[in-house]
Amino acid sequence: MKEIRWHGRGGQGGFTASRLLGIAASVHGGKHALAFPSFGPERRGAPVLAFTKIDDTKIRDRSEVQESDFVVVMDETLITPEMRKGVREGACILINTENTAPYESVFEGCKIIGLDATALAMEILGRPITNTAMYGALAAASGLVSLDAAMASIRTEMKPSLAEKNVKIVAKAYETVKTLA
Amino acid sequence: MKTNKIFISGDEAAAYGVKLCRPHVIAAYPITPQTITVERLSEMVEKGEMDGEYMHVESEHSAISVCMGASSVGARTFTASSSQGLLYMAEGLHYASGGRYPIVMMNANRSVALPWSIYGDHRDSLSLLDCGWIQVYVEDAQEALDMMIQAYRIAEHKDVLTPMMVNLDGFILTHTYELVEIPDQQKVDEFLPAFVTPNKMSFEEPKNLAFSSKPDDNTEFKYQQNQAVLKSIDVIKEVDQEFEATFGRKYHDMVEEYRCEDAEVVLVAIGSVCGTVRVVVDKLREEGMKVGLLKIRFMRPFPEQEVKDLAKRVKAIGVIDKDISFGYEGTVYTNVNSAISKVENYVYKSNFIGGLGGRDITKAEIEDMFHKLYAGLDKSREEKVEFFSLNVETNE
Repeated sequence: MKEIRWHGRGGQGGFTASRLLGIAASVHGGKHALAFPSFGPERRGAPVLAFTKIDDTKIRDRSEVQESDFVVVMDETLITPEMRKGVREGACILINTENTAPYESVFEGCKIIGLDATALAMEILGRPITNTAMYGALAAASGLVSLDAAMASIRTEMKPSLAEKNVKIVAKAYETVKTLA
Repeated sequence: MKTNKIFISGDEAAAYGVKLCRPHVIAAYPITPQTITVERLSEMVEKGEMDGEYMHVESEHSAISVCMGASSVGARTFTASSSQGLLYMAEGLHYASGGRYPIVMMNANRSVALPWSIYGDHRDSLSLLDCGWIQVYVEDAQEALDMMIQAYRIAEHKDVLTPMMVNLDGFILTHTYELVEIPDQQKVDEFLPAFVTPNKMSFEEPKNLAFSSKPDDNTEFKYQQNQAVLKSIDVIKEVDQEFEATFGRKYHDMVEEYRCEDAEVVLVAIGSVCGTVRVVVDKLREEGMKVGLLKIRFMRPFPEQEVKDLAKRVKAIGVIDKDISFGYEGTVYTNVNSAISKVENYVYKSNFIGGLGGRDITKAEIEDMFHKLYAGLDKSREEKVEFFSLNVETNE
């Protein structure tokens, strides 16, 4: 089983991204997935967590995610040394940033990939909503879902007007990270 | 065969299940973590995707009262609640079962105040075991959807006519998204016949309903009510078999045994934690330990026969309770223990209390429970009721 932890702020779409990944893996990828937010009240702007579990067989384990294989950070101002907890040695960390250097000590022993998701979102959406860019980055870095499945999940979940722009973002983020890797 | 699988939450799965059953009247008051279920149902009614009437009420007490009134004229009814809301309904719950109104309810299991908590445990519904409702606990979103369909068949059966509560763990199931197959409407229509009740309030056949009784006949009414709930055991089995034949999924009636065939040590649980126990059972089996899980699905009627059958075969039984009956033990344990006491062989028993107010139950904790049960076998541990993973020092 692969476990993914999403960090964002309320309103940035972290939970939506966790669900999109679940849809891509299960509906379009033939695997099994669970997606869930950190349980409890939600507030716009407050730090929020979301999780996706992906496996080839039915996921029975309903306990909390304790050892993430991938961590996606949509807002780099959320990063503190605490974030290293519950992250597997050798895990892959994807950060929305222009420069990953300041975070290397926090995520020692992990692979760090940076993507300027805000710039990408501003360019295509005209708004700093970075969830789909980071989703595309994760798809590329992890190989958990194909680009086709990722794009299909957006068309499944979003209204057509919004979907096409986000499909474009996912494709571009995917391509950018594939080139890096 | 073409399947319609979508990625939805447990709350949404419950709403889809209810929609497929075409209730005439839905009356519910929103409460976390049940809210999404009633929001979806009200949207489905608003958009004309279902024909039922969604009645807005100012409280859970009114919600259950509306359902009783509608049920008495032959309507199929649905309500949903959780925690404080369920407790606010409590008076009506006894009324509904005594009146033999086969209302179906979804309950999102949540802790009970004080301390105030919106998170999950089983203290809400287990405190209402004696209200005369059939209670089932599900393990995932698919089972939640499927049990809505089965619930109407069971509750409305002419020999049962008893309301039924479908319990799903707050947040762990209600707010987790997973792949769920939506059954075909035509198949559900064939599986679930129209609701017909002999207790119908009508001008054509006037009769006294929801009446008073005196000491000379009250016991007989309660006897009949008890017989009806006991009778539901047969109906539950029959419905599950037919459900499998129609939809290809089965839930093993009253309980599901997981790797219990040759087990020495078994954990008993209800609800979503059963899934995590399965994973631990698989791991320990690989290490050569003969362990298993008994997933209790129905708490009322209680699977006494199934627990006895298991107790005859095993050496130790542990019960996980996400509840505590203060001053005694967990309620699931009390019920399991009563059944175990009716077999002749000795079984080492222990009660593990935890997961209260939404606390995670980890695989390591479950593994530890199995080891403690083994310790009981060589007499190095007493039988006891233990709160596991307490964050405070105790003198025990």
